[in-house]
Amino acid sequence: MRPADLISDKLLEPLGEGALAFFAYIGGSGMLLFKTFLGLFTLPWGRWLACMVMPWRWKELAADRRWNLIADQMSKVGVDSFPLVFLTALFTGMVLALQSAYQLQKMSAENYIGSLVALSMTRELGPVLTALVVTGRVGAAITAELGTMRVTEQIDALETLGVDSVNYLAVPRMAALLIMLPVLVIYADMVGILGGYIVGVYKLGITSSMYMNMTWDPLRIKDVLTGLFKAAVFATIITGIACHEGFETQGGAEGVGRSTTLSVVISFILIITADCFFTALFYFVFP
Amino acid sequence: MIELINLYKEFGKHPVLRGVNLTIRDGETMVIIGRSGCGKSVLLKHMIGLMKPDEGQVIVDGEEVSRASGETLRRLRLKFGMLFQGAALFDSLTVGENVAFSLREHTPMEEPEIQARIVECLGYVGLSGIEHLKPAELSGGMRKRVGLARALAIKPRVILYDEPTTGVDPIGADAINRLILRLHDRLKVTGVVVTHDMVSATKIADRIAMLHEGRILQVGTVEEIRSTSNPVVRQFILGVSENEEGK
Ligand SMILES: Nc1ncnc2c1ncn2[C@@H]1O[C@H](COP(=O)(O)OP(=O)(O)O)[C@@H](O)[C@H]1O
Ligand SMILES: [Mg+2]
Repeated sequence: MRPADLISDKLLEPLGEGALAFFAYIGGSGMLLFKTFLGLFTLPWGRWLACMVMPWRWKELAADRRWNLIADQMSKVGVDSFPLVFLTALFTGMVLALQSAYQLQKMSAENYIGSLVALSMTRELGPVLTALVVTGRVGAAITAELGTMRVTEQIDALETLGVDSVNYLAVPRMAALLIMLPVLVIYADMVGILGGYIVGVYKLGITSSMYMNMTWDPLRIKDVLTGLFKAAVFATIITGIACHEGFETQGGAEGVGRSTTLSVVISFILIITADCFFTALFYFVFP
Repeated sequence: MIELINLYKEFGKHPVLRGVNLTIRDGETMVIIGRSGCGKSVLLKHMIGLMKPDEGQVIVDGEEVSRASGETLRRLRLKFGMLFQGAALFDSLTVGENVAFSLREHTPMEEPEIQARIVECLGYVGLSGIEHLKPAELSGGMRKRVGLARALAIKPRVILYDEPTTGVDPIGADAINRLILRLHDRLKVTGVVVTHDMVSATKIADRIAMLHEGRILQVGTVEEIRSTSNPVVRQFILGVSENEEGK
């Protein structure tokens, strides 16, 4: 074999195939995301909101099939995630307080622990840690469920019954996570601050009023809002990747395992990358 | 009428359909036979637009399924009911919810009517009183019959059956054969049945088509197929393996 052939066979061809697969992946998940958001915007949100604020119309809401799909998912992805988010955020808040105490005590600046915990939680750790925990718990579950439905032909069955599988499966999950992830993030922020408070007040001897002052003082509404914006981006990443991996599953139980792992890994990487990107963006563009 | 015109389909480099031509007339029961893995399920999935051919056309009542997408395809699919080889019941829903699925999605029927239709359809397949069970609690044969009940619920004009009697006990299988016959005789439903159960095939078929190496080898009435001189078809319907044939 000539060296030139060797290069083209062993290097260029796999490289070309890899690039092709990469772009096919981007195209596929982008297309799914587009369809999902299209479905999301055509849902009757106005009517549902009206029903929600008028208790005598709750019956109508409870009988709505589309709404029930979303409500089911909200309870599965959101409500059931609270305990896990509680533990993660509480211990993160405590560790943050302890670690910063280690540094700040040298400068007798313990009082700033409250500010440090509050800002790190709302701007950074609240959204990112919650997103990572939810990826492991919810993203994996979505991919496993949709993947199993794919390999057992349930998604085909859905289509033969005249139902659009993206609207029926992906849209409610996206809606649920877009609503619930920001709620979980706010909850994580508060629990994290509570964790810092426990350490700061009961262990490091900062007075309660001092700690609370130092918590609220530096916090701007902008800090919370950027955290919530990140939460929405992460929710899109988690559901988008999880649904795409689920729909594209092939090859029985083994395939379901493979796509579930892949779903979690890809989401992790994208979340960390997107976080870095948006943190930089907020830092440099909207200081 | 379902017309399959020169269908080609390959997966990777592995050709499965290599020029299938077949016409299924309104109201007839067409049985498609062939060895496992020869592409029978793939062929059925082309008829309902779950798979797109690489080349060729699928035409149902003058409309091209193989080109349709979105809303058009969904409307075309409502003419069909499909029983999957593995039943493909929604395992997050109960048996009753599975059967009622398309009614709740596509019709304005009220709850009492829907319940009545569930009972009726489960009655057809000989499985009354299991509305509240989950698919995981059923045997393979029962799941298949529930799958058939789900396909019947919306009263489709065409039903595609993928191995309806495989894995079902002889009595259940007979019930399914009778049901297919009754749908054919009384309701003039068009049926496409994939099977390698020759007993069932001879009972229910108006015509039988044999799929072999990606093409339709022969089409004919039960009698024509029985008295065929084609060695491959003979071998299949007599159920002899190659070595025995060679003796
Ligand atoms: N989605 C798919 N991807 C790749 N290969 C497939 C797919 N579906 C079917 N095949 C292949 O097509 C061939 C025919 O399959 P099938 O139609 O299920 O056979 P059968 O006649 O037993 O129903 C098999 O070799 C199978 O591996
Ligand atoms: Mg098959």
